Amino acid sequence: MRPYGIVYAGVGGQGVLTASSIVGEAAIRRGLNVVMSEIHGMAQRGGSVVAEMRIGNARSSIVPEGEADVILGFEPVEAYRVAHKGGENTTVIMSTDPIIPFTVSVGKETYPPVEELVGALQEKFRVVTLSAVGLARKAGNLLTANVVMVGALTALPGFPLDREEMMEAVKVRVPPRFVEVNLKAFELGYEEVSRCL
Amino acid sequence: MKYDMILDPTPGRKAFLLGNEAVVRGALEAGLSLASTYPGTPSSEIGNVLHAVAKKAGVYFEFSTNEKVAMEVAAAGAASGIRSMVFFKHVGLNVAADAFMSTAYVGVRGGLVVITADDPSMHSSQNEQDNRYYAQIAQMPMMEPSSPQEAKDMIKEAFEISEKLGLPVLFRMTTRVNHMRGVVEYGELVKGKPKGRFEKAPSRYVPVPSNARGMHIRLLKKMEEAEEMASTSHLNRVEGEGDVGIITSGAAYNYVADVVEEHGIRARVLKLGFTHPFPRARVREFLKGLKTVVVVEELEPYMEKELRAMAQVEGIDIRIHGKMDGHFPRHYEYTPEVVKRGLNSALGLNLPVGGVKVREITVPSRPPVLCPGCPHRATYYAIGAVLRAKKIRDETIFTTDIGCYTLGIQKPYEMADYLLCMGSSAGAACGFAKATDQPVMGFAGDSTFFHACIPALINAVHNRANMIFVVLDNRTTAMTGHQPHPGLPIDGLGDEAPALDIEKVVRGIGIEHVEVVDPYDIKETKAAFRRAVEHNGISVVITRRECALIMDARNRKAGIFRKYDVNQDMCTRCYNCVENFACPAFYRDEEGGVHINPYLCDGCGVCSQRDVCPFGAIEEVKKE
Repeated sequence: MRPYGIVYAGVGGQGVLTASSIVGEAAIRRGLNVVMSEIHGMAQRGGSVVAEMRIGNARSSIVPEGEADVILGFEPVEAYRVAHKGGENTTVIMSTDPIIPFTVSVGKETYPPVEELVGALQEKFRVVTLSAVGLARKAGNLLTANVVMVGALTALPGFPLDREEMMEAVKVRVPPRFVEVNLKAFELGYEEVSRCL
Repeated sequence: MKYDMILDPTPGRKAFLLGNEAVVRGALEAGLSLASTYPGTPSSEIGNVLHAVAKKAGVYFEFSTNEKVAMEVAAAGAASGIRSMVFFKHVGLNVAADAFMSTAYVGVRGGLVVITADDPSMHSSQNEQDNRYYAQIAQMPMMEPSSPQEAKDMIKEAFEISEKLGLPVLFRMTTRVNHMRGVVEYGELVKGKPKGRFEKAPSRYVPVPSNARGMHIRLLKKMEEAEEMASTSHLNRVEGEGDVGIITSGAAYNYVADVVEEHGIRARVLKLGFTHPFPRARVREFLKGLKTVVVVEELEPYMEKELRAMAQVEGIDIRIHGKMDGHFPRHYEYTPEVVKRGLNSALGLNLPVGGVKVREITVPSRPPVLCPGCPHRATYYAIGAVLRAKKIRDETIFTTDIGCYTLGIQKPYEMADYLLCMGSSAGAACGFAKATDQPVMGFAGDSTFFHACIPALINAVHNRANMIFVVLDNRTTAMTGHQPHPGLPIDGLGDEAPALDIEKVVRGIGIEHVEVVDPYDIKETKAAFRRAVEHNGISVVITRRECALIMDARNRKAGIFRKYDVNQDMCTRCYNCVENFACPAFYRDEEGGVHINPYLCDGCGVCSQRDVCPFGAIEEVKKE
């Protein structure tokens, strides 16, 4: 089986690595091979965070350019930044809530309109948009936005793990007192993408 | 506890581990007794895991003052017959090099594994030196894992080989392996000896010239033995069949193996895990029947040079491709694309490279910045104001050091003019004070102060260097993820420990003008720096306030969420806060109004002081 490639892109503090570790946990529980790169530079907070994952028969934890099955964008600009990982069959799931970098708020750079980013990605990929923050608020805790994204990912046709397996992994990977609210967030993300497809 | 899974006794359990976590598991399966380090990315998590589990596992673990001390501690452990491990980032081995070299001469009794975490692409480093050459300089066996599972298994192997040869083993990892997560299958945990015993043998352990001469000869003999072991080791294995050969190691192997498989390339791949001494017999065997061989390795052409030298000496007629004939780059980490391009070029293949091109849109960058609430920002702000008032802001040379304060290079602070390595803030400041007539100010953090600044400050005192030295004391080793250091009342095992007082240390070495200030108090901080500038001779200012991330975590736990905002009626839009204090929580709206992003504001309140907002427009947000 060709390895299934996922590129997770967001900003430090959004829980990108927790989200990817939930998927990794589910893959291991199913008995699938999984490799992942989590590279973070000097920034303790607020910098770009990218995790690359391949599920299946792969040794390299870097998703080759063109071979991402999914780009899971936790933030619009960050989703756009990893577009070179996409190919002909890539789906982009993008949370449309921007996090404005400091360089923009002090007027040194500009943040492009989110519609423009979505438009450019739509020219090449299937794009599903949602507001992870909005759905997390609906679930009852803003900090569950990352698990909304995991639910959204799970709803994609072709994603190699099923809903129940993923929910088990959520239970294992989040602190016990937050399990319920995270499962709700997962459901909301899952439903949102199921509806869009 | 976060790292409980590392101590799971169940053999056969599969866990999703980071390379660095797998290293700890491997060492615990090998009967580790002692470990030491100085934190440095990409090796930092090895220490974080040990800090959490060592005591429970019955292992002695310490965060040493610096890498040289860590090396010496581990060497003594191994000389006492217990399995010991020392680890640091690649440039850490430069600090440890003096001890490292001699350890090869005097050898070990218990296994000693020295882990170097190299950083191709410099994700968090000042250079991308290839530490495999250290194995050659020191004459030490070396191993290079490619994945977390291999890292775990190879650590055990490294201890075995170390003990068989009586030599330390250099264990060379790279960021992409340290920070790669993969499935790791556990073996049995083995309890290490709690204590060793040192058997005196001065002729063996004391390399005075008369002893050292014999030691060198013995070392060269051992390396012959090591080469034989490398040539028969299962860590050096062949995969696939074809008339083209590929020799590869470390992270590069992963890309080679995937590309060969995915594109059905007919190639025989020699995957080297035991890479020094270069396993010539194994390679000779591999080359039989091949007309062309390609070497794929990150950074320097270490294996390629060994191969070319061997082919020349032995008169082997084969085409060798790699970096030296321009097919592969000598810089940055490799990717599947780099490997495909290199193979296309070397072998005349036509592998597809790259994905689809998306319409170009200019997107903003997210450079690393000092966090909201960072005490360093307040320090820089206060110093900037004092020096500008004295009209020496542009004239002053600012030496900086390794830590978050390298970010002092950014606008508007711009207080990082010169940096070499750990401790260079103090040493280079001495030099600038002598070489120029400019004012000189050095910056180092608390952990860095203990690591390498003290000898340089002694130098400054003795040689009468006129300089100001600032210790940005945020009560932790912040940039590598908040490890303790000798100034804190906690040790590597998590036990209570004596905390050294930086002020007493600097007074003790003869510095008389010393002040300790809270940088959150801008007015007092400015006053202290005014006095330091006016003082003739060396002065030290310790700006002491804990890292904002530690404060934030504590506040979150306690349910404290203080926020500040700008009172629009009082704001005159002078923009001093945005432009000179420059906390990332500030932003301007389209009409030019200044606001504070409540998600970023950490409630430090420094900006509400009159020294930042002279109009008192920044106020704490009252809870409804």
